[in-house]
Amino acid sequence: MKYLDEFRDQTLAEPLLKELRRSVTKPFRVMEVCGTHTMSIFRSGLRTLLPEEIELISGPGCPVCVTSASHIDAILAMAELQNTRIALFGDLFRVPGSNGLSLANASSQGAKVDIVYSPMDSLNLARKYPEELIVFLGVGFETTTPGIAATILAAKNSALDNFAVFSTHKTMPPPLLALLDDPELQIDGLLCPGHVSSIIGAGAYQPLADTYKLACVVGGFEPADILQALILMARQIANGEARVENAYTRAVRWEENSRAQQMVRAIFKTADMEWRGLGVIPESGLAIREEYSHYDAERRLNIKLTPATEPKGCRCGEILKGKEVPSQCPLYGKRCTPGNPVGPCMVSSEGTCAAFFKYTQ
Amino acid sequence: MNPGNTILLDHGSGGIASQELISQIFLKHLDNSILASLEDSAVMENHPGKIAFSTDSYVVDPIFFPGGNIGTLAVHGTINDLTMRGARPLCLSLGLILEEGFKLDDLERVIVSIAECAKSADVPIVTGDTKVVPRGKCDKIFINTSGIGIVEDGVNVSSTMAQEGDLILLSGSMGDHGITIMTRRAGISLDGNLASDSAALNELVALLLDKLPSGSLHTLRDPTRGGVATSLNEIAAAAGLAVEIDDQAIPVKPEVRAACEIMGLDPLYLANEGKCLALVAPEQAAKALQLMRSTAVGTDAAIIGSLKAGKAGQVVLRTAIGGSRIITPLHGEPLPRIC
Repeated sequence: MKYLDEFRDQTLAEPLLKELRRSVTKPFRVMEVCGTHTMSIFRSGLRTLLPEEIELISGPGCPVCVTSASHIDAILAMAELQNTRIALFGDLFRVPGSNGLSLANASSQGAKVDIVYSPMDSLNLARKYPEELIVFLGVGFETTTPGIAATILAAKNSALDNFAVFSTHKTMPPPLLALLDDPELQIDGLLCPGHVSSIIGAGAYQPLADTYKLACVVGGFEPADILQALILMARQIANGEARVENAYTRAVRWEENSRAQQMVRAIFKTADMEWRGLGVIPESGLAIREEYSHYDAERRLNIKLTPATEPKGCRCGEILKGKEVPSQCPLYGKRCTPGNPVGPCMVSSEGTCAAFFKYTQ
Repeated sequence: MNPGNTILLDHGSGGIASQELISQIFLKHLDNSILASLEDSAVMENHPGKIAFSTDSYVVDPIFFPGGNIGTLAVHGTINDLTMRGARPLCLSLGLILEEGFKLDDLERVIVSIAECAKSADVPIVTGDTKVVPRGKCDKIFINTSGIGIVEDGVNVSSTMAQEGDLILLSGSMGDHGITIMTRRAGISLDGNLASDSAALNELVALLLDKLPSGSLHTLRDPTRGGVATSLNEIAAAAGLAVEIDDQAIPVKPEVRAACEIMGLDPLYLANEGKCLALVAPEQAAKALQLMRSTAVGTDAAIIGSLKAGKAGQVVLRTAIGGSRIITPLHGEPLPRIC
């Protein structure tokens, strides 16, 4: 495939690996923020090739993993309502709430749950089931939000009345700020998420580089992209620098994607948001504006979030903070497996525990 | 048969409507002397060798898709299950569960496909059964096929026969069926020619058994649900050996790879309905590859790896950039990702 195979090629990767080895002058810890990075690193076998001096830590960038148990409980409560149909992206289907049950369980009990491939598909469901309220689960970061904003606009423009979004949308820089304020987390560099950065622009990480003296490099998702980003990071660390660099110039600019962001800001406003494992982070989420409250499932169904406890023994919170690796969790590989996940990091295909389990067993 | 041209509950009654269905659709297309006798069971001639017996049920949605339909899967699936033990498929049964309201035209399309597949593979449908359930109690049509095959004396094909040093052949590209069904369900239309690989493998396997020296074909497996990844894990576990495969040697069609990228799926885990893995003694692997490639269903065959001493049951993939990763069996259904 053009623009993909080139970046997975050994003839390209080998010289990049050599250059990376040359560039590394001392051990350093890198947090890969994005779940897609985590999966790509495992899938390509990159961990088996990197210099020993580089320690990779998986961050909070999997949207499924950071969806709180109280949000999942609210989703399950909505699924039980008469005349309500839940539409969602597939990897949320098996995420358990506080009682260990998931939408997969609810579906088996008769709840109406449809996996869709695009938020716009849920408008087709609304047309197909006019007597039901279709609730699309708005889970994701900046990458997915513009499409969901466009869906709400399309629902309004076509006067579709039986469609709403349950928004647990999250934004990327705030949780990183929260993580980096934790003195226990000692990292030297951030591998910044390519998808999110294509919307918010590489410049969004400047405060992180300035405040925490971190080498921040925006990276694409193919092995050669990641190697290139790590080379830039290794050079910065070797030179004692801490700045933002963009190694994913074919997709990311310094400035934000203003068209996408304007649409998002028209529909959503910033709000405090609860993150699994990280707690409530101020202004780290997106809520639907009052003007579009008709499309806000939380208001329309009068959903009240209730505090929920994490499954006993689950270390997903510590893993999301980069403080522990999956094998340190007492449930990992025993009670918690991809076939029977206890915590969210094992559920999503981009979750850290799922990646460890799938690729390192 | 009825003005609405749909399946009625009466069609499952065993009475006149059932007889009409049998004569006007089933016997019309599936006719052979054993089936036409309409006895309570089929009686087969005496065949020397060991009997292989297999059954499978088919509930695919959508029932029609590029490259086949539920009927082609039902015939090919059971033929292939028999074939993977080195058996020569002899005959099949056909059990139908129909939903009230199912279109007779669609039923006939499925039965015509079944007849064509059975004829093409030379494996007749010799007995059958039909039930009709009320609307909503099943999804249009469910099919069960069972089959009997004969394993000739001296043939012993099994996962437990796999040996250290065996080379692993894959008869063609991966994931064609699985991704075709998933993109159809998703309503995603892509450039290219995504189509199921639904096909019978009995001719290909008969050729291998006939032309390779006795005892050199150790293991056969059709990587259906769970895909090549899961089948290799099963083989490695049964053999008590490790498997090593080369990512770049594994054939995947460009359109399948593109669809997998979009949906966040791994072709290694997608279902195939016309492909087999064959483990062959290393000195016969080149010949086996040549034989596979000489058949219509094996033109893209490749040697993708080998069985090695190592951690029993472990499957390791050498990646395109020279790294390695573990391949585990499939957990749950493959689901598309968020981003």
